[in-house]
Amino acid sequence: MPRRIAIGIRGIGHRVIDSTWRLGYASRFFLLILLKSGTSLRRFGLVIRELYFTGVLSLIIIIVSGLFVGMVLGLQGYETLQRFGAESAVGTMVALSLVRELGPVVAALLFASRAGSAITAEIGLMKATEQLAAMEMMAVDPIARVVAPRFWAGVISMPFLAAMFSVVGVFGGYLVAVVLIGVDDGSFWSQMQNAVDFRYDIVNGIIKTCVFGVAVTAVAVFEGYDASPTAEGVSGATTRTVVTSSLVILGLDFVLTSFMFRGMS
Amino acid sequence: MASEILVEVKDLNFSYGERPLLRGINMTMHRGKVIAIMGGSGSGKTTLLRLIGGAIVPTSGHVKVAGKIVHKLKRDELFQLRRKMSMLFQFGALFTDLSVFDNVAFQIREHTDLPESMIRDLVLMKLQAVGLRGAHDLMPAQLSGGMARRVALARSIALDPLLIMYDEPFTGLDPISLTVIGNLIRRLTDALGMTSIVVTHDVQESLKIVDYVYFISDGVIAAHGTPDEVRESVAPFVHQFVHGEEDGPVTFHYPAKAYASDLKLETGLA
Amino acid sequence: MQRATMDLWVGLFVLAGIGALLFLALKVGNMGTYSSADGYTLVGNFENIGGLKVRAPVKSAGVVVGRVTDIQLNTKTFDAAVTMNIDTRYQFPKDTFASILTSGLLGEQYIGLAAGGDDALLKNGDKIMKTNSALVLEEMIGRFLFDKASENKDEKNGKDDKD
Repeated sequence: MPRRIAIGIRGIGHRVIDSTWRLGYASRFFLLILLKSGTSLRRFGLVIRELYFTGVLSLIIIIVSGLFVGMVLGLQGYETLQRFGAESAVGTMVALSLVRELGPVVAALLFASRAGSAITAEIGLMKATEQLAAMEMMAVDPIARVVAPRFWAGVISMPFLAAMFSVVGVFGGYLVAVVLIGVDDGSFWSQMQNAVDFRYDIVNGIIKTCVFGVAVTAVAVFEGYDASPTAEGVSGATTRTVVTSSLVILGLDFVLTSFMFRGMS
Repeated sequence: MASEILVEVKDLNFSYGERPLLRGINMTMHRGKVIAIMGGSGSGKTTLLRLIGGAIVPTSGHVKVAGKIVHKLKRDELFQLRRKMSMLFQFGALFTDLSVFDNVAFQIREHTDLPESMIRDLVLMKLQAVGLRGAHDLMPAQLSGGMARRVALARSIALDPLLIMYDEPFTGLDPISLTVIGNLIRRLTDALGMTSIVVTHDVQESLKIVDYVYFISDGVIAAHGTPDEVRESVAPFVHQFVHGEEDGPVTFHYPAKAYASDLKLETGLA
Repeated sequence: MQRATMDLWVGLFVLAGIGALLFLALKVGNMGTYSSADGYTLVGNFENIGGLKVRAPVKSAGVVVGRVTDIQLNTKTFDAAVTMNIDTRYQFPKDTFASILTSGLLGEQYIGLAAGGDDALLKNGDKIMKTNSALVLEEMIGRFLFDKASENKDEKNGKDDKD
């Protein structure tokens, strides 16, 4: 029995050391991307092409999800607030929830699942079919040519996607609360404008989005580059991207929220 | 007529972790020649190519290309050297998101500032050399295996390199494509005055076109010589390989216990 | 995918994104309604600020005229020094009353300015002399009980007198 425990503990130690090593490797990789971003700047066409594939193609899922989230917020918000006679505050509730939390977090999660996994799969497949090795043999740095443009495209598209998510969400809430249920149009918007502070809520939301964008894209790009050059390797890497990104987003959200909204008490 | 030595491999040793893969390899390859490296699967042929290309570093010994020791080069010098080398990967490794034309033009666009009109002419010329000028608009997904490899070949000669390394160029091709690729390798080597290193285990095709052969078995050079010398060799491994014999130094049976004891006949247990 | 079409879509995407950000800033948030650039500073001392927070609104007749920018404890007089930024459009006379009020029954607290009749106006950096502190619940209850107790005592004394 003790022997099994020893083996189990050794396994844990092995895995911890492996993860730490991998984390160090990932950090060095991240630095490499930043250092080799010169090509992305000089040949901005590469970034634009990736912006299309990460940003524009994610629009549909972001907008549809934003609409539904906003509508649900409107419904739930109204249902709870009307118990206290405060239905006119539903605009405030929808807007604050979206701008502070749901916009950045849900948009980032959706982005990780759609665009992040696509990036991982693409880079992983290029590795598996030796395209990256071919590029290296042609004296073209694959990190500068393939990885960095995708990284910057992800970082740039995230804030826009999250903003659109929040806007569409507010409209979703408006649709449900004002158009469907009959909350007063004027008080919906005026209460919201009074309660949502630009610097405090919106800017903080944007900061969160930028941080999430960097984190998610960095994970996606790393997992793709580090994938085993086989079919199982690529599929495993894609799964890891979605899982790791989601955990990182939620963890960072907690850290950022506690920094930003501490002054509330 | 001694031609210049382009690639020199001297006392090369390479170990993967603790497993020695290559031991004491010595090779000389002259300019303008087609050299074949043959051996069984997993014998370290591809590793040798990667060592020559500078993708991995030897454990001891060195590889010299055009007089420069590859693993001692700094990043920039290595990149410079790589522009004069090309590698043809096993299944072509074409960039799947670019058309045939853009694939061949890739190196030209990345490394030179030539105007598009000149690039167009160059690309079409290279494609003409491999017989695929009409396919320049297709995407890699639309090509057959043989065609993909020919496009990859056109891509490799885009910048007129000194050295091309072919990793198993004959694998999985139909008889027609086999001949086409074989002839292309020979013709281009002669026409461009470059050196070709072909890693393969397709004996019949390669012996038709190469100038010299190296056999690798168990991490060492088992034999080397001209195609005629190889065909007449009596060295057991070479003989088995060239004539495709079922049993010889490379045994048919994977090491196992005695057959009778495995079937539990001797001990009388049923 | 042609290069030109891709560029078009990306351009539209970026425009839509910027539009969304602007919409959030102006229509959803309160940036459009108030900017602190053209404002002047006023100070008021309060015995107790209650639950007043920085960035609470300053209102007069219910209209938002400014924001609280700083709250500090004055260690000499031991009362609270509240700094406010008031929109330059609104000028107040020197005898304005500043009170700490609560919006609704349990809502957030804000500063209410009730203008007096003085001709001279408050200038940048001036101190509001007349202030009303926030109503603290415990003090109110304490006062209520005290008043009640003294009422009872007066009644009792009165009764005694009558006897």
